[in-house]
Amino acid sequence: MNILDPQGPIAAAERTILVDSVAIMLAIILPTIAAILGFAYWYRSSNPRAQYQPEWAYSGRVEMVVWAIPALTIILLGGVAWIGAHQLDPARPVEGTGPPLRIQVVSLDWKWLFIYPDQRVASLNALTVPVGSPLQFELTSSSVMNAFFIPQLGSMIYTMNGMVTHLQLRADNEGTFQGLSAHFSGDGFPGMMFDVHVVSQIAFTDWVAQAAKSSQALNADSYGKLARQSVGDAKLTFRLDDPLLFHAVASQHIPAAPGPSLDQQAEVSPRSH
Amino acid sequence: MFGKLSWSAIPIDQPIPMITSGVVALVILSVLAWVVLAGHLPYLWREWITSVDHKRIGVMYTLLALVMLLRGFADALMMRGQQAVAFQAQGYLPPEHYNQIFSAHGTIMIFFVAMPFVIGLMNLVVPLQLGVRDVAFPTLNSVGFWLTATGALLVNISLVVGEFARTGWLPYPPLSELTYSPGVGVDYYLWSLQISGIGTLVAGINLVTTVLKLRTKGMNYLRMPMFCWTTLASNLLIVAAFPILTATLAMLILDRYFGFHFFTNEAGGNVMMFMNLIWAWGHPEVYILVLPAFGIFSEVVSTFSGKPLFGYRSMVLATMAICVISFMVWLHHFFTMGAGPNVNAIFGIASMIIAVPTGVKIYNWLFTMYLGRVRFTTPMLWAIGFMVTFLIGGLTGVLVAVPPADFLLHNSLFLVAHFHNVIIGGVLFGAFAGYTYWFSKAFGFRLHEGLGKAAFWCWLIGFYVAFMPLYAVGLLGMTRRMQHYDVPEWRPWLLVAAVGALIIFAGIVFQILQLVVSIRHRVELRDRTGDPWDGRSLEWATASPPPVFNFAVTPVVSGADAYWAMKVRARRDGASDQSPDYKDIEMPRNSPTGFVCAFFATVMGFALIWHIWWMVAAGMVGAFATFVVFAWRDHDEYVIPAADVARIDQVNVDARRALMSGAV
Repeated sequence: MNILDPQGPIAAAERTILVDSVAIMLAIILPTIAAILGFAYWYRSSNPRAQYQPEWAYSGRVEMVVWAIPALTIILLGGVAWIGAHQLDPARPVEGTGPPLRIQVVSLDWKWLFIYPDQRVASLNALTVPVGSPLQFELTSSSVMNAFFIPQLGSMIYTMNGMVTHLQLRADNEGTFQGLSAHFSGDGFPGMMFDVHVVSQIAFTDWVAQAAKSSQALNADSYGKLARQSVGDAKLTFRLDDPLLFHAVASQHIPAAPGPSLDQQAEVSPRSH
Repeated sequence: MFGKLSWSAIPIDQPIPMITSGVVALVILSVLAWVVLAGHLPYLWREWITSVDHKRIGVMYTLLALVMLLRGFADALMMRGQQAVAFQAQGYLPPEHYNQIFSAHGTIMIFFVAMPFVIGLMNLVVPLQLGVRDVAFPTLNSVGFWLTATGALLVNISLVVGEFARTGWLPYPPLSELTYSPGVGVDYYLWSLQISGIGTLVAGINLVTTVLKLRTKGMNYLRMPMFCWTTLASNLLIVAAFPILTATLAMLILDRYFGFHFFTNEAGGNVMMFMNLIWAWGHPEVYILVLPAFGIFSEVVSTFSGKPLFGYRSMVLATMAICVISFMVWLHHFFTMGAGPNVNAIFGIASMIIAVPTGVKIYNWLFTMYLGRVRFTTPMLWAIGFMVTFLIGGLTGVLVAVPPADFLLHNSLFLVAHFHNVIIGGVLFGAFAGYTYWFSKAFGFRLHEGLGKAAFWCWLIGFYVAFMPLYAVGLLGMTRRMQHYDVPEWRPWLLVAAVGALIIFAGIVFQILQLVVSIRHRVELRDRTGDPWDGRSLEWATASPPPVFNFAVTPVVSGADAYWAMKVRARRDGASDQSPDYKDIEMPRNSPTGFVCAFFATVMGFALIWHIWWMVAAGMVGAFATFVVFAWRDHDEYVIPAADVARIDQVNVDARRALMSGAV
C-alpha cells in the first residue's frame, strides 16, 4: 500500500509532486533549522566571543530577504499546485491502451459494491480491473460518507449519498493491491478494506464471464439486503439484473440505507447491550 | 419524568469507564472533603469562584486546561495502546468504545485544553502588559470561564452517564444524524460545545475590547508587546468565527431534535454544506490557537536573547495577514470532495500563502537571537524546540496544501502527524513556555528549572518518536481512526509511536513533579523582585503576584519594550526617591453570577441531552433569573483608599530599589 511505490500514472504523477515539493521546501528549511540551532548556540550568554548588540532590532535588507525567501518558495510551489490541480483533477480522463472501463462504486455500511454496468456484473469487497485500460469510476454512497482510495493507484475521492463523484485511474502492473475507505464511517469502518485485482485483458474477460454466471443476482431487492449494516462480508460476485441500479441509488429513488437496526435504536446507549 | 435517562445509561459492564470514573469521583470527593473540612471553602468561594480578577480567572482557565490535558492524554495513550495490539485482532477496545475515545480526545484537546490554556494566559498577562487594572468586562470574563468549565464537565459526565459521540471530533453528517447515531453521544458533543462556545465568544469579545479600549497612557498600538497583538488577532478571529460554529451546530441540533433536514440524506439536506460551514470556523480556529503561541514565543525569545523583537512592524503585519488569510482557506480540508481543479487550486494556493507570514515570523525570531545573549532557561528551550519542530510541521502542511499530494495524504496518519506537529509543536509548546515564563508572575515563586528542562526533553523526544512514525505509516496508506488493521507493514511504526507516547507520558510526570516540588520549595523559589527573568514588558513592572489592582500607579509608556526602557532610565539616572502620587482605586466587586449561571447551564445542558424537558425549563429560568439579578444590582465597584494602595505598594517599591542598586 506504499504510496511511494505507485502502480499507475496518476499515483506516479502525484508521488512525483509530493517528492518534489518536499525537496523544494527542504532546501529552505534545512538551512533555517541549522541557523536556528547555530545562532542559539553561538550567541549563548556564556560565549565571551559572541558579539552582543542589545539595541539591534531592525535591518531593511534582512527584512527584505526574510519576506522574499518564503514568498519565492510559495510562488514556485503555488505554480506546482495550480498545474497539478488541473492535470491531476480526479475527473480528468486518463489515456490507456485498452478500451475504457466504466465502474460504478457504492459504499455500503460497511463494504464496497462495484458495479460494471456495461459487462452486466457486480462484485462485493473485491475490485477486478484490466491492466492498462482507463478506469472511469462513478461513485456514490448508500448512507454515510466514505472515501474511495487505492493508495498505489492514486487520488482518493469522497462518496456521498444523493451525489455522484467522478474519478479516473489506470493500473499499469498486474497484481493484487489493497484499497480502503479513507473517511471514518462508523463502527465497521476498519473492515472496509478491499482487494484490487489488476489482471490481463484476457483474464478480465474470463472473470466477467464467470461473474455473469453467478447464482446471485444484483437488483433493487438484493441491494436492499446488502445495504443493511454488517461487517466481515464475504467477497461476492453478482450478475447485474438492473443496469440502472447505480442511478437509482444515486438519485435516491432507492432511499438511503437505514442505520442501526430498530431494536438497537430503542436503547439509549448502544454500548450497553 | 427523566426523559431518555434510565439506569441502563450507566455502563456497569464496562470496566474501563467504570474504574476510571470511580477513581476520578474518589479524587474529586476527597478534594472536596479536604476543602470543606479544612475550612477552605469560604476562601475558595470569596477569592476564586466568585472572583472577577483577570489574573485569578486566567489561573483557573489554565488549571482547567492542565486537568483536561490529563484526560485527553489518557485517551491518547489508550489509542496508541489499541493500535499497538490490534493487528489482525480486535485489541482491547471494541469499536464503539474506541470511536468514542478518538472523538473525545480531539474534542477535549482542542476545546478544553488548547483553548482554555491560551485564553487563560491571555487573561492573566494581557491587562498587565497593557498596564491596566482589569479587562473590559470583568464579570463577563467570569461567566465565560465558568461556561467553558460547564462544557468540560458535560463531556466528562458522558464517560459515566450514557456515551460520548462516536463520530470524530467534528461530527460529519449524515453519520452524526439521528438515523445513524441514535444514541446521546452526539448530543453530549453538541450541547457541551454550544455552552462552552458561548463562553469562548464572550471571552473573545472581552479581550478584543480590552486591547482596543483599555491601554495605559502612551501605549499606542505600535508600542504594544507582540503578545497583545497576537491576542488581538486571535480574539478578532474568535468573534468572527465562533458564531459560525454555533450556527452550524444549531442546525445539526435542529436536525436531531426537531426533524429538520439541513444535513440529512433526505429532503434536500446537504452534507457538503456542513463541511463548508464547520471548516469556515475550523480553519480560523487553528490560528485562534497558534497566534497567541506565536505571541508567547515573541516575548520569550526577545527576553532571553536580551534584545527587542527583531522586525517588530513586520511581525505585526505578519500577524494581521495571518488573521485575514486564515478565513480564506477552509476548503483545503476537503480537496477530495471533487470540487474541480480551479476551486482546489485557488484554495491550495491561498493556504500556502499563509506560510509566507509564518515563515517571516520564524526568521524574525531567528534574527532576534542574532547578536543577542541567549539564556537557555526552560521557556527558551520550549521556544527553540518549537522553531525547529514547527518548521517540519509547516513543511508537511504546505505539502498537503498541494491538491495532488493531498489526494494521496488526505485523512491519512500523515495528516494526523501533521496537525499534531503544529498543535503540539506550536500551540502546546507555546502554552508550556508561557506557563513556565509567567508562573512566577501569577504565584510569586518560580517553577523548578531542572524538572522543567527534564519535562521539555521528554516532550520533545517523545513527540518525535510518537509522530515521525505516523508520517511514515501515512505514506504506507494507513488512514486515521482504525480500530484494528491487518496490514503487517504498518505494525512496527505503530509500536514505535506507542513508545513515543510513553516518553511524552514521562514528560507529563515531570511536569506534575515540577509543580509539586516547586510548591514545596516555594520559599527558596520566591520571586521577590517581580522581575525574575530580566523582562521587557510591563507585567514585570509590578510585584509577583501583582496586587488586585495590578499597578499602584498606572505606568506611562513612551516607547516599545516599556519596562526595559524604565530600567535603562533608572540605571542611568538612578532610582527616583520621590514617592508616587497614590490615588483611591475603584475595582469591580466579586460576583457569583458566572458560577451560578454555569450551574444552571450545566443543568440545562444535561437535561437537553436526555430530553428531560421540565429540567430544561428550570435551568433556563434559573440562568435568566441570575442574569436579571446581576443586571439590576446597584453596587458594582468598591474603593481601595490611597493609603492602603501606598502600604501595599511599598513592598514592591523597596524590592525594586534593591534590585536597581544591586544591578548598578
